[in-house]
Amino acid sequence: MPTKIYQEIEFPSTCWQAKIAEDRIIEATRACKYSEEDIFALRLSMEEALLNAIRHGNTKDQQKKITLRYCVNEQQIDIYVADEGSGFDPMKIADPTLPENLERPNGRGIMLMRAYMNLVEYNDVGNVVHLVKLNSQAPKHTG
Amino acid sequence: MNYGPRVEISHEGRIVVAELQDDEILEEAIINEVADSLFSVVADTPQIKLLLSFEKVKYLSSSALGMLIRLNKRVEENGGTLKLCQLRKSLYEIFAITKLDRLFESYDEKNTAISSFGT
Repeated sequence: MPTKIYQEIEFPSTCWQAKIAEDRIIEATRACKYSEEDIFALRLSMEEALLNAIRHGNTKDQQKKITLRYCVNEQQIDIYVADEGSGFDPMKIADPTLPENLERPNGRGIMLMRAYMNLVEYNDVGNVVHLVKLNSQAPKHTG
Repeated sequence: MNYGPRVEISHEGRIVVAELQDDEILEEAIINEVADSLFSVVADTPQIKLLLSFEKVKYLSSSALGMLIRLNKRVEENGGTLKLCQLRKSLYEIFAITKLDRLFESYDEKNTAISSFGT
């Protein structure tokens, strides 16, 4: 019987509550038999997405909520992280790998998410990020 | 001198070895405590030769990378040198993706890293 887990969690903008939500997602991916490498990638990317939402989106205002929605099965996981901020334009983030930016301490979170996820996309406003990770252990379907 | 529970400090001749004690350096509170310890060591040691060991670390966030960049800057301002060692493959990949492997000199083995500082 294929496993499919869908959930929506809402919590105030605090790191410890984000961690609880994150742990639930990791548990769900283990139930769906994702590899440790996939889980490492997910953990890192969720951490970046949630921290961006708490710090930049909701400016650490605990009155503002983070909404985390995820759907996981044996093939892939989709995660949506929404904050209540006014959003941003991800295209305007300077490339941190350019020599002139290499010593700047910020701007690497989105880059890491893009490196570790199969898809990272933002809504038009820039206050919802959608992450997709394919299960590298999943059997490949052939035509 | 005690620099707190997040970093264990030892000396190899004139080289200060700082071993990070957490397996996850992700959360802001932990990053700030690690930073407090490391910046204190740098402030207490003119022209420091600092070797940061990541043997116990499994996860590192972009905020932790930012802290390391600031630390490196401070070490250089004080006429010192910062090097890294014992980064597991998954962590080294984070440095490579962000091209910070060009900014930080890193070694697989602690002894090789210590020798690289010279006498």
